[in-house]
Amino acid sequence: MFGGGNVDRIILHSDCNSFYASVESLYRPEMRGRPAAVGGDVEQRHGVILAKNEQAKKYGVKTGEALWQARQKCPDLMVVPPRFELYKQFSRLCHQIYLEYTDRVEPFGLDECWLDVTAEGANGVQLAQEIRLRIRQELGITVSIGVSYNKIFAKLGSDYKKPDAVTEIHRGNFKEMVWPLPVGALLYVGRVTQRKLQSYCKHTIGDLADTPEKTLKSWFGKWGSVLYAYANGFDNTPVARYEDREEAKSIGNSTTTPRDLVDNEDAKIILYVLADSVARRLREHGCKGRTISISVRDNQLETFGRQHALSHYTNSAAEIAQAGMELFMQHYHWQRPVRSLGISISDLVSDSTPLQMDLFGAGQEQLRREQLETAVDSLKRRFGTNAVQPAVLLQDPELSGFDPKHDHIMLYGPIF
Amino acid sequence: MKRYIDMIVRYTEDGHIIPLAVRWSAGELFEIDKVLDVQRAASLRAGGTGIRYLCRMKGQERYIWLENDRWFVEGKD
Repeated sequence: MFGGGNVDRIILHSDCNSFYASVESLYRPEMRGRPAAVGGDVEQRHGVILAKNEQAKKYGVKTGEALWQARQKCPDLMVVPPRFELYKQFSRLCHQIYLEYTDRVEPFGLDECWLDVTAEGANGVQLAQEIRLRIRQELGITVSIGVSYNKIFAKLGSDYKKPDAVTEIHRGNFKEMVWPLPVGALLYVGRVTQRKLQSYCKHTIGDLADTPEKTLKSWFGKWGSVLYAYANGFDNTPVARYEDREEAKSIGNSTTTPRDLVDNEDAKIILYVLADSVARRLREHGCKGRTISISVRDNQLETFGRQHALSHYTNSAAEIAQAGMELFMQHYHWQRPVRSLGISISDLVSDSTPLQMDLFGAGQEQLRREQLETAVDSLKRRFGTNAVQPAVLLQDPELSGFDPKHDHIMLYGPIF
Repeated sequence: MKRYIDMIVRYTEDGHIIPLAVRWSAGELFEIDKVLDVQRAASLRAGGTGIRYLCRMKGQERYIWLENDRWFVEGKD
């Protein structure tokens, strides 16, 4: 796109190493030098590893695996509960440092950021080294930083050497550094894309770069062109300005249930509890959404997700739960008991968007329902989450007895 | 070890915070003669991060951290 006269951009990608675990070990010196991890609540059964330190990595402890599995690999593993507020604070502190160098700071999750530090005479590696040292000295955690002329290679650079390191990938070395890496290392290449590429014998990023764009397009459509550009370093997406960072794109909750779910009634209870907290958060943010997604994980840890777009925008718990339940019944046939369920809503708009009344007054009903739920919200705020409940939740108090809004088990999408 | 401490500080009209004295215990008050340096810094020994003040008290230099709204020093292990 750019002519030959243009100077390359200087893009950094900074990645906080084992972010949650690093913050915890700053505050808990007893975690240092021994295998340790941050994990979910064991009692509530959402006992999974959220982050682990370098020592735990050596034992093969993996993010996302159950605590009991991790303990089998590493019996001395020290596990501490997460403190998300603290991690958010550290994330902000990192951003403040980055913002001293440029206003083009684009966060990717809590622990990663792209920075565009392009300027005349700027030395990307030198700036990256300075930022790396400052974060270590000022915040007591470490980052790995990739330096390159596009966002994709900068990100690969930050993965290249960890922890506490700077890696430059430039036009002169990218073929040696990037092309031997597996395709899965490329940003946004998930398991599905990876599997498909492997079926065509495309194992490395170099294989991908060597494949004609036309061929990739015939396999993946538009996405094929993107893959081609990524693998060859043609990506020229800009680093967004910090003040333009996106609001939450979706709001959701998921939970590993206190016991495995065995029938639709069980699933309904959980979906209602989750939908209730999702709807309350929508209303708190002044949003409505239209696309309902569910994610289901069975007791063999097989996961699938489905989504459905409603005809109108909603922030009603009952509607969200009902749509989720319909999706669930359409797509889940109880081959196995269910271990965890999630529901989220996306395609968000402000709730001041006018409501389209239809000919038969369905809009009236929706308006009435919204008013009812707003009233229930204020009761819950005053008297607690359990003050008013749909009858379905009284069927199995053990199952419905968690409070996703206050436990904040899982947020889809950006946390801020 | 992290030791939280009682501090006596001055807030200037433009929002700066100047530590004046450490109230180490009920009977011990150490006046700060001079603040030699102020910067954001982590303390690995105490476990935390904040604004670190290098203070001279009784002829000795010591670091004192302001972390959110509490003050701490690196205690003896």
